[in-house]
Amino acid sequence: MAAPIETVPSVAPRRALGSRRPPTPLRSSETDRRHRRGTARWFVLAAAVVVAVLMLVPFVIMVLNAFKAPADYSQNGPLSWPAEFYTEGLRSFWTRVDFPEKLVNSVWISGTVAVFGVTLSLLSAYALGVGRVKGRMWVVTLFLLANMLPQEVLVYPLFQMAQEVGLSNNQWSVIIIFTVIQAAFGTYLLSSVLGTFPRALLEAASLDGAGRWRTLWGVVFPVVRPTLSVLLIFFFIWTWNEFFIPLVMLTTNATQTIPVALASLQGDRMMDAPTTNAGALVSMVPAIIFFLIFQRTLTRGITAGAVK
Amino acid sequence: MTTVDRPRVRNRRSRDWLGYLPYLVPGLIAFTVVILIPFGMNIYYSLHKWKGGNAPLRWYGLGNYTDLLADEQFWTSFRNSVAMIVAMVLVPTVIGLLLATTLFDVLGKRFGPRVASVLRATYYLPQILPVAVAGVLWNWILNSQTGALNVLLREVGVTDPPNWLGSTTTALPTVMLVLIWIQIGYPVVIFMSALQRVDPELYEAAELDGAGWWHRFRAITIPQIKPETFVITLTCTVAALKVFGPIYVLTRGGPESSTLVPSYYSYLNFFDKSKVGYGAAIANVLTVLIIAVAVVIMVLQARSARREEEGR
Repeated sequence: MAAPIETVPSVAPRRALGSRRPPTPLRSSETDRRHRRGTARWFVLAAAVVVAVLMLVPFVIMVLNAFKAPADYSQNGPLSWPAEFYTEGLRSFWTRVDFPEKLVNSVWISGTVAVFGVTLSLLSAYALGVGRVKGRMWVVTLFLLANMLPQEVLVYPLFQMAQEVGLSNNQWSVIIIFTVIQAAFGTYLLSSVLGTFPRALLEAASLDGAGRWRTLWGVVFPVVRPTLSVLLIFFFIWTWNEFFIPLVMLTTNATQTIPVALASLQGDRMMDAPTTNAGALVSMVPAIIFFLIFQRTLTRGITAGAVK
Repeated sequence: MTTVDRPRVRNRRSRDWLGYLPYLVPGLIAFTVVILIPFGMNIYYSLHKWKGGNAPLRWYGLGNYTDLLADEQFWTSFRNSVAMIVAMVLVPTVIGLLLATTLFDVLGKRFGPRVASVLRATYYLPQILPVAVAGVLWNWILNSQTGALNVLLREVGVTDPPNWLGSTTTALPTVMLVLIWIQIGYPVVIFMSALQRVDPELYEAAELDGAGWWHRFRAITIPQIKPETFVITLTCTVAALKVFGPIYVLTRGGPESSTLVPSYYSYLNFFDKSKVGYGAAIANVLTVLIIAVAVVIMVLQARSARREEEGR
């Protein structure tokens, strides 16, 4: 599933959360109500925290059980503190899926898709947004619809085509497919951004004798670089989380990504509770690190663009 | 600018776009190869009976589509899509709106923006996980024998806890709960940014007029955040109709198709039952449905935006 939700990054600068003006002084008739609300706010906080805890519980019991011996787990249950710091589950998962290999696969596939996808988006969007190519509305609509297609509608022909050109079980098949799918969205977004590109800058460049190619890299690219970097991060994460097409295309262990490797271990009878948890823990670490590094960009990206 | 000059400038500009055409070529070629042609091939497959690979393609006309009409599992999968929309659009949007207004109105203002943003990040956490990882985690928690939930229930004295994902009566609601857990963060984050966009003076004026919280919520908040609500509805509905990963990891459509969804049913026909033509037909029906739903939502959105502009 394409990141459960595909979110819409954009360039629109966001006001920081705290930047709202302080509330205006209240009239006396309002003060009573505000005072009563003073205690009510603690209940509201408690309720919001309860929801947050509910969201976190699965993570907490996962961490708790990732370092527990199987015997300890069956004896003391999922909520007990580990009797000893048991790392065998972790080690057994690490070696059984050859985690470093999967990590390299995931980074390689997502990174390449992100770079190619952004480049392709920029080229197309340059023609559509700056060049105002005729029929651009049609092209953009087509790309947008393509982004909504369920991947099931493409997967079997793509599977066949990959086999015919010798790319079956090859990461390049996945890279090519996602470059195009992500670029379809990127083009849609970027072309509306470039549609409002300041004409004066373009005219100045052409007066300086810059051709279209030089204008693209010397004038347009530096200006839209912030948008491109948001797009880059999003393409990376979306591809990282992709499941369906990698599952179909990457059939052997050596080529698989982290999510596919983890899911294909599921039927394994050898997977005891600590190993399952260790596996889930290790597999989510890269996503969490990424989230922590790019949290600001991410929230800006997710939230923006929602309003056009 | 003189009137004589203008047509000439426009003329030069109007042919100018031709020079940009080469920049569109890579994108169009890639798009054609990876999306257009495969989509066409899928339509072609759907008109045949085919076991895939080197097996012969046998013309079947619209047979696959008429077979679908009589296929109980096909209808089940689309009925379950409605459940997916409830779990991925309806419930998360309502809860998300509630959480976002709470964070924004009460916690952000009374306890500082840090509290609000930490809580927001917590709600969003499940969204960043690869769906397969979240699925594996929940699969363990919900396992009837060794899962955390039932181990706990037994400890507190429930002798026969439900087989959450393994029984036809509980599997669908359980999957829905997991999906709600995954989804909630998305509307929270979007609605919170929407609320920052709303002019605080609107609220101040309403408050001076004696409007209570509920009244302000209905008269100001809801209409002001309409654009974001449309975006959430559109993206989440499309995602709900396409949902595959959680189903694959949690239940594989079972038990007895109780959690079957169109996308998984089509995958099953492609790679498990070797009924490629049939799988292609299911995928095509799903595509038509998705595009129809998306167009309806976009038209409603455009109409609402227009009405708003006229109202002003």
